[in-house]
Amino acid sequence: MAHANHTSSAAHGHGHDDGHHDPEALRMMGFWIFLITDCILFGTLFATFAVLHGSTAGGPTPSELFEMGGVIAETFILLTSSFTSGLAVLSMNRGDRKGLIGWLAVTALLGAAFIGLEVTEFVKLVDEGAAISTSAFWSAFFTLVGTHGLHVSLGLVWMISIMLQLRKRGITPVTRRKVGIVSLYWHFLDVVWIFVFTIVYLMEVM
Amino acid sequence: MWDNIKDFASEFFVTGDPLIYGADVAIVLTVVAIVSALTYFKKWKWLWREWLTTVDHKRIGIMYVIASLLMLFRGGVDALLMRTQLAMPELDFLEPEHYNAIFTTHGVIMILFMAMPLMFGLFNLVVPLQIGARDVAYPFLNSVSFWLFFMGAMLFNMSFVIGGSPDAGWLSYPPLSETMFSPGPGQDFYIWGIQISGIGSLMTGINFIVTILKMRAPGMRLMKMPMFTWSTLSSCLTIILAFPILTVTLALLFIDRYLGAHFFTLDGGGNPMMYINLIWMWGHPEVYIVVLPAFGIFSEIVATFSKKRLFGYKSMVFALMSISFFSFFTWAHHFFTMGSGANVNAFFAVTTMLIAIPTGVKVFNWLFTMYRGRLSFPTPMMWTIAFIPCFVVGGMTGVLLSVAPADFQFHNSYFLIAHFHQVLIGGVAFGFFAGLYYWWPKVFGFTLHEGIGKWAFWFWNIGFYVCFMPQYVLGLMGMTRRMNTYGWDRGWWELNLTSTIGGFLMGIGFLFQVWQILHSIKFFKKAPADPWNGRTLEWTIPSPAPLYNFATLPRVSERDPFWEEKQRREKGILPPPPPPLEPIHMPRNSGVPFVMSAFWFVAGFGFVEHWTWMAIAGLVGVAASMMVHSFNYNTDYYIPVDEIKRTEAAAAKGAV
Repeated sequence: MAHANHTSSAAHGHGHDDGHHDPEALRMMGFWIFLITDCILFGTLFATFAVLHGSTAGGPTPSELFEMGGVIAETFILLTSSFTSGLAVLSMNRGDRKGLIGWLAVTALLGAAFIGLEVTEFVKLVDEGAAISTSAFWSAFFTLVGTHGLHVSLGLVWMISIMLQLRKRGITPVTRRKVGIVSLYWHFLDVVWIFVFTIVYLMEVM
Repeated sequence: MWDNIKDFASEFFVTGDPLIYGADVAIVLTVVAIVSALTYFKKWKWLWREWLTTVDHKRIGIMYVIASLLMLFRGGVDALLMRTQLAMPELDFLEPEHYNAIFTTHGVIMILFMAMPLMFGLFNLVVPLQIGARDVAYPFLNSVSFWLFFMGAMLFNMSFVIGGSPDAGWLSYPPLSETMFSPGPGQDFYIWGIQISGIGSLMTGINFIVTILKMRAPGMRLMKMPMFTWSTLSSCLTIILAFPILTVTLALLFIDRYLGAHFFTLDGGGNPMMYINLIWMWGHPEVYIVVLPAFGIFSEIVATFSKKRLFGYKSMVFALMSISFFSFFTWAHHFFTMGSGANVNAFFAVTTMLIAIPTGVKVFNWLFTMYRGRLSFPTPMMWTIAFIPCFVVGGMTGVLLSVAPADFQFHNSYFLIAHFHQVLIGGVAFGFFAGLYYWWPKVFGFTLHEGIGKWAFWFWNIGFYVCFMPQYVLGLMGMTRRMNTYGWDRGWWELNLTSTIGGFLMGIGFLFQVWQILHSIKFFKKAPADPWNGRTLEWTIPSPAPLYNFATLPRVSERDPFWEEKQRREKGILPPPPPPLEPIHMPRNSGVPFVMSAFWFVAGFGFVEHWTWMAIAGLVGVAASMMVHSFNYNTDYYIPVDEIKRTEAAAAKGAV
């Protein structure tokens, strides 16, 4: 069989001995691309919301039902949790496993508080006669805000599983990448929430 | 008790149609045959270890190809059933409802469960080899993608014996697809079948983007990549931008149906036209997603069999990328008749016409590559040659359709049907066939019988024109799509009969292809490493490629590296000897992708039947599978040097 100019990649200073790039860096890059797809997913939901935002079909309107107090509390809780997840990464970079797990736990608790408030808000809205089947506006509202909430909830489960792995294995290249990815995800959800807060809540009540 | 079971079964299964009873029997017999063959030959373990759990891109590619050929068979049978019904006026071969179901499943299967997986199969089989990589960036995720596609396809296909097929057209426009007009489970099978496999497609898109951007052999700059790899990249970029829209659109339709929401309903403030916008924002890029890789395949084949460099490499790259880009700005041409106004229609008409420019550039590039080349015409090249005029005509009729005022006449007529079949069969199907013929020896290690392949080629090609040219005329005569019968007074029957004959000729072409494969397996002829005098890296390694692809990673300094090296060898310049072997890092097989996708299937089926307990159980299973994978740190191993030496020696002995 014929050989093309076969040369070990290591001899030329490319990549590692096994010829692959750092697998953890590859995964990080894949996650960035995944976030692009998630951006489009939310973009489509926002577009749908924008199209349907006046379609209350004679039913309850958002300005009647939205209570901004709870929403502002949710916003500050989620923003704070983004900050604490940043602190977790800083602890990791210092090699401080305890600090890392601790700050992740704080982040997860804040995330859980956010979800708790959101669920309370949803229950109250349904009580007041605004359910997903009430009108196109409420369909779009619950789907958009709910999809964000679902993302946060999945992030919580994921964070807990990473905390368990950190406890067992410590800070290794693999767990380091996992923490990096989950914190990236968490910041991304924060950014999405800023848009939810602005477009869904502020623009509807103002 | 017995009555309860009978009641349940008569609702659960589709009853009353002899064709479907026939299919039931065929399905049961096939399953029994497969299960007993596996048991008799004691192959269950082999199946699990070597195939169901594999993370090897070559095996995943082969599974994609097999699954898509089966789907081609089913989609083809659907097509022939329709053509039989339309062969003569006023036939009662298919009930109107059954006809609706069949044109729906034909479209969905051919695009989403035939063209897409065949394309992913070729990505898997070829791209890592072309760029000198040992696998894709995420082998585990690759397996997840395949099994999600497979389970989605199974869920969708099940609908015709359980619950009833979807019958609201291949894109399921609301309000017809809403619960009010389609109360049965068919529409939910549609949603979940596509949703589950769509997640897989999205993951494949991400996987190949990273593979191509990060795992090329040292020295292979972007502008030195083979053209098929470029086309894969452009297709995958389009996938990651388009598929999330599909995911959301189907989810919204499902929320309408499951929770009574009002996104696309007629009441409650819903807006059905929004669905049509959203689905085509995915749907139009989707057709470019499947055709771009076909362009890449033709580029490889034309260069190889002209023994010349591809003409206009840079313009080809530019054309591929600009088609990806413009594909996102043409969606509204699918509904010029919606009434968006002259300005909107003008915008989308112009963007649609713009796409003809890069496509024309490509056609000229292929022609100039052949000009003064040393041409030869084995089957891959024949399909390429047949593609060019076919696609040019299909493209031109597309330009006719893009003229918004004229489209008010063409819209939803057989003219449109003929147009998109011409670009999808003449472009995508011919392209993927050409690719399969071209890379077959590399993938399977044996060559295909050329003579039978040529019969298949001519049946397909003649059949194609006999089938679709009359449909252009029928469209201009006023025959609209999706009509299940017509009267004698229309004057359409001669052309319809001709078209049906053409359809069956293509069916015979498919049978020749099956025969060709079976014949070539029986009279096994070992393929050499480089059967076509190829130009790119995949031809430097044995056929079939060893598990690790490249014993030592190649170093590339130009386009068509293998061709250039062969030229230098002829002049007596030998390449430097390969460096010493080193242990090769490989991913371990995993059963998680299969199990997780099976749980997705369970969840999807639960949602379809509105059995919430089952849906929840399935989703819990999915989550548990992901956790099992996340907590598993034993995911790779090394192939020792001795074993590489043995494999290479065996391959060298076999290759002669």
